[in-house]
Amino acid sequence: MSQDTLFARILAGKSRPNPYPLYAIMRKTPVARQTDGTYVVSSYDAIYRLLYDPRLSSEDLPPPLLHWTGNPIKDLIIDPIKEQIRARHRPFIFRDPPDHDVLRRRVMREFSPERVRAMRGKTEKIAHDLIDNCQSREQIDLVDNFSYPLPVTVICELLGIPREDEPQFQGWATQLATALDPDQRSDEENWKKSQITFDQISAYMQALIDRKRADPQEDMLLGLATYKDPSDGRMNNYDLISTAVLLLVAGHETTVNLITNGMLTLLRHPEHLERLRATPAMAPRLVEELLRYEPPVHYRTRLALAEIEIGGVKIPKGTPVVLLLAAGSRDPDRFPDPDCFDPDRESNTHFGFGGSLHYCVGAPLARIEGEVALVALARRLLNPRLVETVPRYHPGASLRGPRHLPIAIDGIID
Amino acid sequence: MADPSSFAPPSRIVVAGASLAGLSAAKRLRQLGYSGDLVLIGDEPYPPYDRPPLSKQVLTRRLSTDTTLPQPRDLDIDWRLGVAARGVDLTARRIDLANGDALDYDRLLIATGTRARPWPKPDEASIDGVLTLRGRDDADRLVPRLAASPGRVLIIGGGFIGCELASCCREMGLAVTIVESERVPMRRALGERIGAFMAGVIRDHGVDLRLGAMVERIEADNAGAVAAVMLKDGKRIGCDLIIVALGAVRNVEWLEGLGLLTSARGLRCDAFCRALRANESPAPGVFAAGDVAHWPLVANDGHLVTVEHWGNAVEQARMAAHNMLAGDITGMRIHQHLPDFWSSQFGLNIKCVGLADSAEEMAIAQGSVEGRRFLAVFGRKGRTIAALSINSARWLPAYRALIEEGAPFPPIEGAVDQPRMRKEAAGFASIDT
Ligand SMILES: Cc1cc2nc3c(=O)[nH]c(=O)nc-3n(C[C@H](O)[C@H](O)[C@H](O)COP(=O)(O)OP(=O)(O)OC[C@H]3O[C@@H](n4cnc5c(N)ncnc54)[C@H](O)[C@@H]3O)c2cc1C
Ligand code: HEM
Repeated sequence: MSQDTLFARILAGKSRPNPYPLYAIMRKTPVARQTDGTYVVSSYDAIYRLLYDPRLSSEDLPPPLLHWTGNPIKDLIIDPIKEQIRARHRPFIFRDPPDHDVLRRRVMREFSPERVRAMRGKTEKIAHDLIDNCQSREQIDLVDNFSYPLPVTVICELLGIPREDEPQFQGWATQLATALDPDQRSDEENWKKSQITFDQISAYMQALIDRKRADPQEDMLLGLATYKDPSDGRMNNYDLISTAVLLLVAGHETTVNLITNGMLTLLRHPEHLERLRATPAMAPRLVEELLRYEPPVHYRTRLALAEIEIGGVKIPKGTPVVLLLAAGSRDPDRFPDPDCFDPDRESNTHFGFGGSLHYCVGAPLARIEGEVALVALARRLLNPRLVETVPRYHPGASLRGPRHLPIAIDGIID
Repeated sequence: MADPSSFAPPSRIVVAGASLAGLSAAKRLRQLGYSGDLVLIGDEPYPPYDRPPLSKQVLTRRLSTDTTLPQPRDLDIDWRLGVAARGVDLTARRIDLANGDALDYDRLLIATGTRARPWPKPDEASIDGVLTLRGRDDADRLVPRLAASPGRVLIIGGGFIGCELASCCREMGLAVTIVESERVPMRRALGERIGAFMAGVIRDHGVDLRLGAMVERIEADNAGAVAAVMLKDGKRIGCDLIIVALGAVRNVEWLEGLGLLTSARGLRCDAFCRALRANESPAPGVFAAGDVAHWPLVANDGHLVTVEHWGNAVEQARMAAHNMLAGDITGMRIHQHLPDFWSSQFGLNIKCVGLADSAEEMAIAQGSVEGRRFLAVFGRKGRTIAALSINSARWLPAYRALIEEGAPFPPIEGAVDQPRMRKEAAGFASIDT
């Protein structure tokens, strides 16, 4: 099989249910040039090294798409300026140091251990309410009925977004998640939609923050808005909004997929579902193994700012680089028996949350959500069974997960 | 020259010096399956402990002075603690202990490290309130003195340990003066440019930093306690506690006149960690590792170096252990370690890979000096030989790889957070070879 079109095959929809055999072939050339000039990196060692390489930049958003409206003031002045501001204040997942570090530090401050710990009880309540809603059903769609609403509710709670605005957020989050997904980002129509959504959510956030300033309450958004950094002062409004949107988006579809992939994996390995039901204390190990075995984020892209020689391959300056995290997490040189789902693994330093300076800020929260959700499902769904052996997947190859997951049940346990 | 007796697998290995290097070698020997006798001789009464915390968290009492290093349970070591090694008979392969015992060895590892250089005038060094810092006992003396809130602490010497000490003092709210004869602190390791940067940081933290100054005399009060120092230029500084931080002296005196090649720079050994005799041939079965070793660094064109850093003590000891079991030279490996060290002081995390002190030029490769978050690279003869990070350690592994590959200087043009790069003089004294 030709190495230089392998990534295109990975991206193709029919690879979605099981991309792992292709990853194994990919790893034979740990740093592989594709026909479009992109380099795909798939071994654990090479990914690890590149995550810490200063020559790779995360500032790889596609060039702005400016649409002609025929109004010269808008087309030639307002839109380009707006675009410039937007580019300068892009979410910090798409920014490099030093700006990235300053913004990240502010967010890390807000993710205090106490605040995250307090989310466990709230998440449990949310999870059980969602399961209660499924009473007297014989079949549920795990995605629509459970995985999908849970993370939005959690993140809205954390940020301090009023309950009644939540439905609106679900729609926005879904659209904007496509902007984080490298393979959907390049679609022009979709990108335009994301920009419109971004404008809407910005306006909403602005109004919300103004209201909060007038009527302060203890939540993350207000914390971000009011904190004065010793070296950088108060956060400006553009960064504040792009950061809030990032938190909403980065923590949404990823967590949906963790829960859905998790339940799918457990239903395919019923012995582990049984173990989790009997021993909820194994949930942390189980979630860790899921993040390795069926991770929500399969790859991230970077840009080479200089030529990089790695594993005997020279990646030229200016080249997009794909870090195939999910392939690294199944590298047999790092993980014995990598295709086996084994929550009892000795050391499990997977790439599920990335690594280095962009390592997932929400990891502690995501772990709680995953643990709480899977334990609740394991304990309360009576005799759950997969309805289809292979579910239908979302189009995304990076943020990969089932669009629906029908599960037959014999009832809900109280 | 092959050593005929070394083909027989060793059945007794003796290690002189029971600290970081000694313990690291013992662990490695067992890991490699060595099951014979293993004796560790240490003149301190304690099992091996860690020194870096002694000038950091221990002084501020965030850690206790018991910094015992973790040990696997099944090492099966014959400990001889609290007794010094006194001499070696290279022909009889026997080591003598201060208590009169003698031990035969098949292999001997010399890892006796260094001690703090004392204040050169013994009568002044013995004044109450004049201390040094190298080991646990020193820390045990120092901690209560600092906790008793002395009016002013005076540190003689602005090297790493002196500066870390000053940082702890400031953290505890104590007034502190550093007297350093060079124009910048830590110049030997950091060079002029970074040293000057550190001087700014140190002063910002309220340390009275006297550069280009020398202590002439230490004065006691009527009760015999320390009262002041007199500088060469005639200035007098009152103080209640003096810490002498003038670097280290290698513990090689016990080896003098026995046929081994020793000097003030340590015990000479080759790249296989074998201790050398006066004619520069390896002494049969004798190896050296850690702070006491004076060895040729491959990455430094084979120049002889002494490295007083934690990472080298561990790596060199592990390599010595491997080579002790290797039989002959064909099975031995070269200690190629690229030296590195870290320090934490004044809220900064300082890390360095490579030995910068032979550099001719340097450049700031990432970050900003004003922001106190940057990465500096050092070059010699067009090659990159070292990289130093201030609060930017995450990038160092990439630079380490580049240094190991022999990358040109500067190693990277095009990196995140890279300022316009400007080559500058590195500001080290000329290399002594
Ligand atoms: C206060 C302090 C802070 C430090 N901080 C750092 C840091 O931040 N980063 C870093 O990289 N490095 C640091 N170091 C250096 C690091 O601790 C040393 O490199 C390391 O301890 C060297 O280990 P060693 O085993 O070779 O020698 P040593 O630790 O010096 O051990 C030698 C041992 O041999 C004993 N001995 C001497 N003579 C005899 C004899 N004749 N018979 C028996 N025993 C004998 C000694 O008493 C001692 O116990 C620091 C050192 C000190 C003192
Ligand atoms: C299972 C759920 C999750 C997974 C698998 C996941 C995965 C990841 C990965 C792989 C990255 C690295 C991106 C890169 O290197 O380019 C990342 C970054 C990030 N994640 Fe998550 N994430 C999850 C949940 C969350 C949650 C719940 C939040 C917030 C509430 C969150 C916020 C972020 C942010 C802000 C970043 C950017 C960090 C930076 O650039 O410094 N994530 N995440």
